[in-house]
Amino acid sequence: MANDVLTAAVWPRALPAVVAAVLAALLLVVVSGWHPTPLTTALATWFPALLWGMLANIQISVLAIALGTLVGPLLGVLQLSPVTPVRLLASWYVQLFRNAPALILIYFATYVFPFELHLGSHYVNFPDWIKVTLGLALPASANVAELFRGAIGSIPAAQWEAAASLALRRRQIFSWIILPQCLRRMLPPWMNLYATITMSTALASLVGVHDLLDSAQIASTTVNRVDFTIAVYFITLLLFFAYCYPISRLTQYLEKKYAFV
Amino acid sequence: MPSFDSSTSPLVHLQDVHLAFGHNQVLNGIDLQVHRGQAVSIIGPSGSGKSTILRCITGLLKPHSGKIVLGDTDVRALKSEAELTGLRKRVGFVFQQYNLFPHLTVLDNLTLAPIRILGKDKQSAQREARALLERVRLSGKADAYPGQLSGGQQQRVAIARALAMQPELILFDEVTSALDPETVGEVLTVIRQLVDDGMTCLLVTHEMRFAEEISDQVYFTEAGLIVEHGPAERIFSAPESERTRSFLTRALNGDAQAAQQRRNKISFASLPFDRLKFSI
Repeated sequence: MANDVLTAAVWPRALPAVVAAVLAALLLVVVSGWHPTPLTTALATWFPALLWGMLANIQISVLAIALGTLVGPLLGVLQLSPVTPVRLLASWYVQLFRNAPALILIYFATYVFPFELHLGSHYVNFPDWIKVTLGLALPASANVAELFRGAIGSIPAAQWEAAASLALRRRQIFSWIILPQCLRRMLPPWMNLYATITMSTALASLVGVHDLLDSAQIASTTVNRVDFTIAVYFITLLLFFAYCYPISRLTQYLEKKYAFV
Repeated sequence: MPSFDSSTSPLVHLQDVHLAFGHNQVLNGIDLQVHRGQAVSIIGPSGSGKSTILRCITGLLKPHSGKIVLGDTDVRALKSEAELTGLRKRVGFVFQQYNLFPHLTVLDNLTLAPIRILGKDKQSAQREARALLERVRLSGKADAYPGQLSGGQQQRVAIARALAMQPELILFDEVTSALDPETVGEVLTVIRQLVDDGMTCLLVTHEMRFAEEISDQVYFTEAGLIVEHGPAERIFSAPESERTRSFLTRALNGDAQAAQQRRNKISFASLPFDRLKFSI
């Protein structure tokens, strides 16, 4: 039920984008004269590889935001700690990783972590895509921490007072009154962050992760045709768009839905 | 006017209560008594410590000295969270800004504490909540969210939320000050009914006519002190203190003006439109 409403609200407005994508594909077919041309044949051959590559981007983005969402609130709370060293360390972490370019953090994670781990007598591979995930989880956690801290601060103190006068304890007030309101307020910016992190995963190809962009580069150099190169990067663009655009539409929908809170 | 036996010990008893925020002395020795079934109003200029008195009674603020007793509980001796929540189960609080929980429906606002704190089962808590909503004339709004209600409706929900805990005493902190003039009446009607039903009420209010009408006792505060107190009719008709008299003269004139405005709604006719000049 709620899902239907959601889909109904997001898709009509996503329609122009879908139409544009379909039209672009049709244009390609028409220009190629309806017959298999070297271009369409090459695209058909390489398209599955692009999709496989994109799976890496999805994997990295989902894991990075998940890690960030787990660690972020903890950091957010530590930033409010009455213990000064704890508060300062948490703030420095947040400020440092919130204000660093994602590419630098990816390089940082790639060279800081070893390429394999010693576990007793075992050697466990530490693949590059996990390093990239950690590299992106750093800014993700810092941003979530800031969102969380801001959300808690934005709930009026009167809510604490009102709940206390209904005989709720501090812990109960936090988990029943404050936290649910925080989560609602955090959801739209959190999804923006998710879209940003997803777009940053395109940088993974620079440290040797076999992702969508890397697949596109390989396809481009292998086929070695100018029209194919243009088409492949255009498709890459469309694939990223198809992943991120619904997220941003959903964000706008949620922003409207919770506007009265 | 509800009857009460003033020979028994009061439900609320404040004696020589002092409180300061930093160097700012807010309460300078407050003495106040509320008996069961009484409606007591505290009036006085802004910043005279009226709301602070209410917050001290329910333990939201800690006075520095003096005695606060509720029934047989010494409020100032309560230290642990469990002891304080025990007190707050007995005292309802209605705020100037309503302070409903915006993420919960009206019904959930009313049932949250009865179910989770008092341990009532969901069905009976909801049944009681619906009965309370009917009492504040909002039976159709159980599933609405606070943001969808007007100020007056939100304030009536807040009153019902306090009542849902079945408190011995309800504290009203300037509950009509944030409302549109048109909706003040509906909230006052609800409070008037509570008083008639024998609920013990302590009100901080700027609605002088209302205070005069419903109160058994009226306290006039200024600069953190009780200047004088007594039965409502005496305070309003023959105040002993010159300060009370001048305050009442000012406040009642203001009341009359507000009432006039309420009758006229907002009359644009009084604006001299023909003489206004606009420029861009």
